Amino acid sequence: MTALVIAEHDNASIKGATLNTVTAAAKCGGEVHVLVAGHNAGAAAAAAAKIAGVAKVIHADGEHLAHGLAENVAAQVLALASAYSHILFPATAAGKNVAPRVAAKLDVGQISDITRVDAADTFERPIYAGNAIAVVQSLDEKKVITVRTTGFDAAAAEGGSAAVETVGATPDSGKSAFVGNEIAKNDRPELTAAKIIVSGGRALGSAEKFKEVITPLADKLGAAIGASRAAVDAGYAPNDLQVGQTGKIVAPQLYVACGISGAIQHLAGMKDSKVIVAINKDPEAPIFSVADYGLEADLFTAIPELVKAL
Amino acid sequence: MKVLVPVKRVVDYNVKVRVKSDNTGVDIANVKMSMNPFDEIAVEEAVRLKEKGVAAEVIAVSCGVQQCQETLRTAMAIGADRAILVQTDEELQPLAVAKLLKALVDKEQPGLVILGKQAIDDDANQTGQMLAALADLPQATFASKVEVADGKAQVTREVDGGLETVSVTLPAVVTTDLRLNEPRYVTLPNIMKAKKKPLDTVTPADLGVDVAPRLKTLKVMEPPKRSAGQKVADVATLVDKLKNEAKVI
Repeated sequence: MTALVIAEHDNASIKGATLNTVTAAAKCGGEVHVLVAGHNAGAAAAAAAKIAGVAKVIHADGEHLAHGLAENVAAQVLALASAYSHILFPATAAGKNVAPRVAAKLDVGQISDITRVDAADTFERPIYAGNAIAVVQSLDEKKVITVRTTGFDAAAAEGGSAAVETVGATPDSGKSAFVGNEIAKNDRPELTAAKIIVSGGRALGSAEKFKEVITPLADKLGAAIGASRAAVDAGYAPNDLQVGQTGKIVAPQLYVACGISGAIQHLAGMKDSKVIVAINKDPEAPIFSVADYGLEADLFTAIPELVKAL
Repeated sequence: MKVLVPVKRVVDYNVKVRVKSDNTGVDIANVKMSMNPFDEIAVEEAVRLKEKGVAAEVIAVSCGVQQCQETLRTAMAIGADRAILVQTDEELQPLAVAKLLKALVDKEQPGLVILGKQAIDDDANQTGQMLAALADLPQATFASKVEVADGKAQVTREVDGGLETVSVTLPAVVTTDLRLNEPRYVTLPNIMKAKKKPLDTVTPADLGVDVAPRLKTLKVMEPPKRSAGQKVADVATLVDKLKNEAKVI
């Protein structure tokens, strides 16, 4: 039994989600190999080789692999699949894009967003926006899995010394092409990996207020900034900050929800946080039912006060 | 060009489901059902493509029990021209649905298949990608903008760090993200008209597809409950609690 982890990387370094996925892969039993498919991604492959617990890194290089297009990455994974019993992807936008494509080509069911490995063929995963946990057993010979990163500890990024094997890239599918991207630049911790998250909702009223009120608190705490769907839809914050069932799933040490009512879909994305603080002026807001500490106050006065007190 | 839009009947997104006491599943008896929210966005996008003259016909498809007809009527009230129900009482998992849709893609030869990015019941986020793989089509998932021109679709996708634009050759599979559009409300006259639109029923056997589940659900549990929290009186108390009790700052 050997597990293959598809690394998430930016061609220069390995992204954090890969480390959690390696931990999940190790729990499936057997050796863990990591695939780094990209373009000029030697540095990322070298970084993957240092992850504790990784036995081998497979490095595939091709210009058409540079942007992680599903058609090309899936073909690369399929070329290697015969040697593996488990194929695991982090449950990120990139992993979710490719994993089902690989599973369908192998004619196996895919197991999404696992939070626990009970046995080599049995996994736990949340359903209905996290309102229920299903224990599922795969009846297929090969398991294709996406891993909810907040469900597993990160493997140590240093300490391993795996061999890097270079394989030839599979050809370009020619059916899709990367046109461009708009990646939001910020020097804050990444939302899904942050220890502290300050999140804002519709109550902030405008994009200016969102920035003006939330940013100083996040700066003070060294926190990442998140947002509810309502705040994102209203244009107060960019899409990639959305926390919830269909946005990012986070589990920081401290989650501060400011002016967020706490709809089921939002709670699905943050209720595994260690400590939840809610600041809301509505005493009936559902967010108070999951908050460890609730402050019933107007956030426009409470947050500046909080910034001062820290 | 034809556009095929698969839609799913799910528990309404406002319902807080309960796990059955015997742990066999969640209790969905007598619970309000509606169209999966991402699928409404998919139907809306297809209808807009038709209104722009890009699409000639919009076909809604649903797989499942007989009551899925209601979901298909809703799709037709939004503007789909006709509907196909693949009727079965079996539990359908994403791979099975993708195979059923592949059979329909072979038959109908659509230029574009638009699906929701995930269903809010199983939260799988697989069917679109699986269909694309089986039909050997390119995919553009989590779309927030779709432009069709010259045999290609240029799609802006919501990815982890921001947005990414890809170009795919048609025919292709697109899955919708929340911000692709705002679905219209269906009007009473359109609901009445939708009742007269054609709805064909087929079975998985007609399509030659084996729908046996590949994942066996052993048990469905309640998620761990959070212990009751406390309300604090003011900011000073909050800071004190976070520093000394929770020790998180």
